[in-house]
Amino acid sequence: MNVPLNVKNRLQQKRKKDHDRTLKIGKSNNIKLLSFPYIIWMAGFIIIPLFMILYYGLTNKNKHITLENITLISNPINQKALLLALELALISTVICLLLAYPLALILRKSHKRNNSFIVLIMILPMWMNFLLRTIAWQNILEKTGVLNNILSLLNLPTLNIINTPTAIVLGMVYNFLPFMVLPIYNVLVKIDKDVINAARDLGANGWQTFAKIILPLSIPGVISGITMVFVPALTTFVISTILGGSKIVLIGNVIEQQFRLGNWHTGSGLSLVLMVFILLSMAILSKYDKESEGSHIW
Amino acid sequence: MTDNKLINLINISKAYGETVVLDDLNLYIRENEFLTLLGPSGCGKTTTLRIIGGFETPDQGKVIFEGKDISKLAPNERQLNTVFQKYALFNHMTIAENIAFGLKIKKKSKNYINDKIKYALKLVNLEGFENRMPDSLSGGQQQRIAIARAIVNEPKVLLLDEPLGALDLKLRQDMQYELIRLKNELGITFIYVTHDQEEALTMSDTIVVMNQGYIQQVGTPEDIYNEPKNAFVADFIGDSNIIASTMVEDKVVNILGTNFPCVDTGFGKNKPVDIVIRPEDIDLVKPEEGIITGRVTSLIFKGVHYEMEVMANGHAWLVHSTDLFPVGDEVGIKVDPFDIQIMHKPTSEDEEAVELEE
Ligand SMILES: Nc1ncnc2c1ncn2[C@@H]1O[C@H](COP(=O)(O)OP(=O)(O)OP(=O)(O)O)[C@@H](O)[C@H]1O
Ligand SMILES: [Mg+2]
Repeated sequence: MNVPLNVKNRLQQKRKKDHDRTLKIGKSNNIKLLSFPYIIWMAGFIIIPLFMILYYGLTNKNKHITLENITLISNPINQKALLLALELALISTVICLLLAYPLALILRKSHKRNNSFIVLIMILPMWMNFLLRTIAWQNILEKTGVLNNILSLLNLPTLNIINTPTAIVLGMVYNFLPFMVLPIYNVLVKIDKDVINAARDLGANGWQTFAKIILPLSIPGVISGITMVFVPALTTFVISTILGGSKIVLIGNVIEQQFRLGNWHTGSGLSLVLMVFILLSMAILSKYDKESEGSHIW
Repeated sequence: MTDNKLINLINISKAYGETVVLDDLNLYIRENEFLTLLGPSGCGKTTTLRIIGGFETPDQGKVIFEGKDISKLAPNERQLNTVFQKYALFNHMTIAENIAFGLKIKKKSKNYINDKIKYALKLVNLEGFENRMPDSLSGGQQQRIAIARAIVNEPKVLLLDEPLGALDLKLRQDMQYELIRLKNELGITFIYVTHDQEEALTMSDTIVVMNQGYIQQVGTPEDIYNEPKNAFVADFIGDSNIIASTMVEDKVVNILGTNFPCVDTGFGKNKPVDIVIRPEDIDLVKPEEGIITGRVTSLIFKGVHYEMEVMANGHAWLVHSTDLFPVGDEVGIKVDPFDIQIMHKPTSEDEEAVELEE
């Protein structure tokens, strides 16, 4: 089979679809009107701040254009913070994926009636304040916290988790897991039961059906989930502050500190670097799937 | 078609919670047969097909395939393939990959697979579609790909669940002929589900009329059409006049107070029966030549024939005729004895459940 031609075909079809879609939206004036408040919102709270960051990042206090804010990333401390942030975000994303995919599969298989209940349990913690949840983990993991109290009651050796990268990963996984489960679950439930039946009918066993049908069809959800976990994990400074103590510094913490000290130029410059990493990772992801739901969201 | 029973369904029962879908169903399918399950929506056709395909397990009963009990085998272990009602193509694969799916699983050689893809696409008249994606195809084309994907595996039996349901009339008729051609070319057994009686009459060797999980009648299209066993079958297969009557004696039936000669015997004396007369079997004649007389109350031109309603003996008789009788005319109604089909009234409660509400 001619593979390159095949890929080209797919791309052409996708491009045509996108074209049709834009045409449709362009034609409807009503939709334009309805989107007006949203456009103002975008301009005021997304576009303008972005340009401000761009401006501050590329200038110094004397309003001269400079790259020194950007090159600050090569400072060993900043470099270490960025690498650690990338590492922890990656680990958290992988753990989230490994936990979320089987859970989403189970949800798909289980009865529809129980599903809303399980999904509710998943979402319930999200109704609590993000800070509160993370501080709760701090209380659990502390040297004299809930976990160690229980362990010592059972005469087991106590654990020293708080203020380690492990604690941060734990906090990230706990906070961001629902963002991985829901998009995957969403694509899985949309797979027609008869498509799976058809694979079985054509001779595929359970494992082959998963590998050749279910997994490929769920990739858009996986990509969406990865983006929704990786990006906030990479940029967080709250989780690392609360669970990592003062010794573990992520790039998010560095940027936050700069802004707090009034160094808008440095903070913005480092933010721009971080943004490049995010865009890069998303470009890699979207290469894997052109029709990823993630790219619609972001 | 041979007399070899390829598939035998024995005492199959299936319920979803409280709803009993199939109750003690018995049916066999012969080798090389085109068998159609026909019945109204919700009567259990798909469920029957799914039990044969292995996607549902019966609560009771056995599915015998070539003499072996396959009730407990998974779908991938059964030598049959299914064409699903909504195509169920793999949208992330090209047409060629869709068709190759079953063959790749069976680890066939590349050459073999490529030949098969070509052959199958030719068979369904879609040559050159190898690299297209399923969602770029029309409904009819997708349907044919679904068929191609199933037949390359050379199944002994092809199960088809309302495969033409989503197509428009013209395409449906074209596809009916293509399916018959395919079946003859492949020489395999078809089990076909539809709720379209015309489709069933056109295509099948054998029709199984079902209602509410019970088999009403099994027979050739001619049998089913000309000699329906009960009022349900008569009504479901085409337009007809179904009238509660009394069998006076052998070969005489009293319809709406008038004795008509008929050919049936053995119903006993003065027994209540249902009779069915097809609208095209009623002859409209001059009033003095008819067995009974009535007045034309409506007239519709249907293309091939006129459809008229004649009020006679308090019943609106449906008549198809190429001769025109204007509304208001007095006409005589004549029926040849062998065109009156006599049917037993339902007796048991099971049968009662399937009787028509008119
Ligand atoms: N998974 C299920 N759970 C509960 N009830 C079901 C299920 N599948 C089918 N049924 C019920 O079983 C009955 C028969 O369904 P089936 O799908 O066999 O009908 P059908 O003859 O194929 O109808 P149609 O022509 O509409 O496709 C229906 O009353 C349906 O509601
Ligand atoms: Mg059905």
